[in-house]
Amino acid sequence: MSNVPSELRYSDTHEWARLEDDGTIVIGITDHAQHLLGDLVFVELPDEGIELKGGDEAGVVESVKAASDFYSPITGEVVEVNEELQDSPALVNTDPYGDGWLFRIQPEDTSEFDALLDADAYNEQISEEE
Amino acid sequence: MSQTIFDKSTAGRHAGSQLPKLSEVQGDIPANLHRKTKPLLPEVSEMQTVRHYTQLSKKNFSIDTHFYPLGSCTMKYNPRGVHKAASMSEFLQRHPYQLESSSQGFLECIYELQEYLKDVTGMKGISLAPMAGSQGEFAGVAMIRAYHEARGDFERSEILVPDAAHGTNPASAVMCGYKVHEIPTGPEGDIDLEALKAAVGPKTAGIMLTNPSTLGVFERRIQEVSRIIHQAGGLLYYDGANLNAILGEVKPGDMGFDVMHLNLHKTFATPHGGGGPGAGPVAVGERLKPYLPLPMVTKEDNHYRWLTPEDCPNSIGRLSAFAGNTGILLRAYIYIRMLGRKGLKRVGEFSTLNANYLMAKLKQAGFTLAYPKRRASHEFIITINPEKKKLNVNAMDFAKRLLDYGFHAPTTYFPLLVPECLLIEPTETESKNELDAFVDALIKIRKEAETDPDLVRNAPHTMPVKRLDDVKAARELNLRWKSKD
Amino acid sequence: MPFIPHTKKDIEEMLQTIGASSIEQLFDEIPKDLRSGELKEIPEGLNEQQMMRLLKERALQVSDDLNFIGAGAYEHFIPAAVWDITSRGEFLTAYTPYQAEASQGTLQLIYEFQSMMTSLTGMDVSNASLYDGASALAEAVLMAVRANSKAKARKILIPMTVHPAYRMTVKTTVHNQKIECIEIPYDPKSGVTLLETLQKYNGQDIAGLVIPYPNFFGQFEAVDALTDWAHAEGALAIAVVNPMALAILKEPGVWGERGVDIVCGEAQPLGIPLASGGPYAGFMCCRQEWVRQMPGRIVGETTDKDGKIGYALTLQAREQHIRRSKATSNICTNQGLLVTAATIYMSLLGPEGLARVAQQCHTNTKHLVDQLTQISGVEKVFSGSYFHESVIRLPKAPSEILEALALCSIQGGYDLSKDYPELGNALLVCATETKSETDISLYACALEQVLHANKKKVSELKTVTVSEN
Repeated sequence: MSNVPSELRYSDTHEWARLEDDGTIVIGITDHAQHLLGDLVFVELPDEGIELKGGDEAGVVESVKAASDFYSPITGEVVEVNEELQDSPALVNTDPYGDGWLFRIQPEDTSEFDALLDADAYNEQISEEE
Repeated sequence: MSQTIFDKSTAGRHAGSQLPKLSEVQGDIPANLHRKTKPLLPEVSEMQTVRHYTQLSKKNFSIDTHFYPLGSCTMKYNPRGVHKAASMSEFLQRHPYQLESSSQGFLECIYELQEYLKDVTGMKGISLAPMAGSQGEFAGVAMIRAYHEARGDFERSEILVPDAAHGTNPASAVMCGYKVHEIPTGPEGDIDLEALKAAVGPKTAGIMLTNPSTLGVFERRIQEVSRIIHQAGGLLYYDGANLNAILGEVKPGDMGFDVMHLNLHKTFATPHGGGGPGAGPVAVGERLKPYLPLPMVTKEDNHYRWLTPEDCPNSIGRLSAFAGNTGILLRAYIYIRMLGRKGLKRVGEFSTLNANYLMAKLKQAGFTLAYPKRRASHEFIITINPEKKKLNVNAMDFAKRLLDYGFHAPTTYFPLLVPECLLIEPTETESKNELDAFVDALIKIRKEAETDPDLVRNAPHTMPVKRLDDVKAARELNLRWKSKD
Repeated sequence: MPFIPHTKKDIEEMLQTIGASSIEQLFDEIPKDLRSGELKEIPEGLNEQQMMRLLKERALQVSDDLNFIGAGAYEHFIPAAVWDITSRGEFLTAYTPYQAEASQGTLQLIYEFQSMMTSLTGMDVSNASLYDGASALAEAVLMAVRANSKAKARKILIPMTVHPAYRMTVKTTVHNQKIECIEIPYDPKSGVTLLETLQKYNGQDIAGLVIPYPNFFGQFEAVDALTDWAHAEGALAIAVVNPMALAILKEPGVWGERGVDIVCGEAQPLGIPLASGGPYAGFMCCRQEWVRQMPGRIVGETTDKDGKIGYALTLQAREQHIRRSKATSNICTNQGLLVTAATIYMSLLGPEGLARVAQQCHTNTKHLVDQLTQISGVEKVFSGSYFHESVIRLPKAPSEILEALALCSIQGGYDLSKDYPELGNALLVCATETKSETDISLYACALEQVLHANKKKVSELKTVTVSEN
């Protein structure tokens, strides 16, 4: 059973999003997603400063067996990426909602955030997949 | 502890008889161009080298030593006579730019191979240039593109690829600048025709198909697929990975394919060499002939010569510096001469017999077939999913344990459509006894999985190493030897 | 049945188990109208003895001449041990090392190959090889564009001193990916690329500059200046080199201020026979920062469950079987067998042996050029020094002269007049360490006869050379 924190929002492509006090949004991949991928060996992050549209490919997470794109659920500018992951991709496995975050985005419009799945809806989606 | 050749190296030692004699007066390469540090190459005696690499060879499974039922890889016997004949000094010493007038015997072999392969495939033109299946695919898709563009049709931007296809197909299509559109597979392993009809349109440049597919079954409605694609103005690409199954039985040209590659290292028994060299000739119907890659051999008044860019102004170009993997081409030629027309037909027949027999035996033994209602082609799939659910032992565990029993594992976890799959291809050169022994081993492993599952989960136990840490290999990249001091 | 072991009894029992009445019935899912008849173009089969005889007849129609052709494929002496061991069934008939535990021989050998190649080139990482030198260069060009994706630069500069067939292969490969290959002319005096020529492209969003070394004419490019120019322009420097030359020449890892980014080339000189042009092995090395952009197989050292050292394919998520349409390349395998030969060759020769081979090739070619250019009407085309190939100009069309030399059992070189018409009757010649002083004199003598005697004398000379052999 995967961990799906109730305070976060989710995309149907298995990213989570957290609205911060400063108005930026932090993005990562869910516990369910990291579990499916297995031990990560590399994370390719977006460049700081680039503009992404909601649903755009933002980067790649790579395990031994699989490589999977991750997407930005939100339109906006990438203002920070998690540099720690360059040397320690395993953080995504051990702490997907904490130290394993991927990037921070300055949203154009927070309504996109509100439209994302809540924890119950995401839970329902992954139980259907199983 | 296995040492590398560098661990055995001692400064100042060398294999004396391999040092060339130097002239007294040496050349005049300016000193500023010289390298300052000696390259890190081993300094060992000749015997140390021979012993080291002979010992390494013993850590490999190979066709010469083990049954090797890797699905979609056609690991059949590689005749020693073929290797010996292709290694005649005149062939080995021939420079690629040696004059045609001094090379007629070689060019004749290559020309005849072209003719033979056209017959086998039912195609109208062929180039032996591609050095591997992936290059054949690249050349084939590039020709499809050249064909459409020559007609002024620049709208076609998509290649259709069934989801069961080998990963090279989409990768090759992308290298030719196409987008890939995946087509799902139906429950019995045939392509989903409704989905195909929905996907086809004015953007369709073509479709890449393997038939029999990587699911080990023949695409029964191939003629209808061909009609749908052709009606939309697209072309059909045949991936020859599984040609062994239908050699002498069905010709891709008759199925409606416009272009295809052959894997000579599979169907025509050239040695795989631990991962290459192979050869992936590309054959075409009439429409694509002008675009074939160079070089090719032609015959004029009993004289053989290479075709030049002047002869073929619309060719997509070259794929290699010289004429591709000619040593492999020569081996395929010799293999065909040994088998002859009847022998080639028997390849299709007996590879199919062996696969269907092995499939029937495994079914009898209670293993789960992925497509129980279908005939096997030259290969078939069993799924270890029931065993995994019941015993928590997966397909990889079965595969690794097979190594302990002296069998190379089948292809595992491919195709991705079937969970916990083993794709098994015995080939025609294995005997009934060998197939029976393989079935016995799988039955024993399943018994072990019931009584002592850790024995299977921790397999292999008898190889030079136990299961390797792939995650460590990728996280802590160590890609070359470094001196410890 | 040549290689099919089944007895009649086997076949009956097998069909019974399947529940089929005949082998024919196993094909009953295939539409009847697709079943083909006889393979009419293919002759009856031969047993091994008959086949050997046929092939010997064909082999005898391939002349076993003294060879002075280089042009990307070089005749070197290959120690007996190289192919004796390479031809062991365990190397020859193994598949790609997917089951690592049952492929430690091949995997460790590739790791050793990677180690040797990184040291020769002065780079951080090497892959397990590509198909050949030309396709390796094409992959290097694609890699440079990927590595430079942030700049979105899609122009590659390729000097005309790069092998013409390599340039053509690059064009074919990148043609449909909207990458522009710009050919850079050479200086007709020195036969190398001038920095001034490149400066025309300053500030033009160049993704990569290809630097051949030695170049196709055998000449030495100004590698330090070219590398620095590329870096100043934000482009990757791609060296395409002869690995044999690197036994004595400065490795690309230290060219210019920072060293090049990618090194590729043809491994054929390292123990791989000429064999009409293949199979050979392309190699590719790069700096650590580009490792994930590198195409092809890579082997890494790791440990097993018990902590024992072992070897495995790594970084596979870049490859087509996982990444499918987003892979770095569509390449599936490497040239494993040729890598085996190259690795054993480099072990046997060692740093000293390899350097001596390189040195002696240079000395022999210099000797050859000195002798040939003493013949009236024959002259050197370029100034400056060269490695083990050089361009000479003849008073007549090279094609004619080469045919005449072949009558004296000499393959005299590579005719440049088609690829480089501006050079006139130019011929590229090469004398590796396999050529003796007598061989070189024979060539000079034959050329003298061909150019300055009547045809009758040429045929007389043929009998002389044959008896001397």
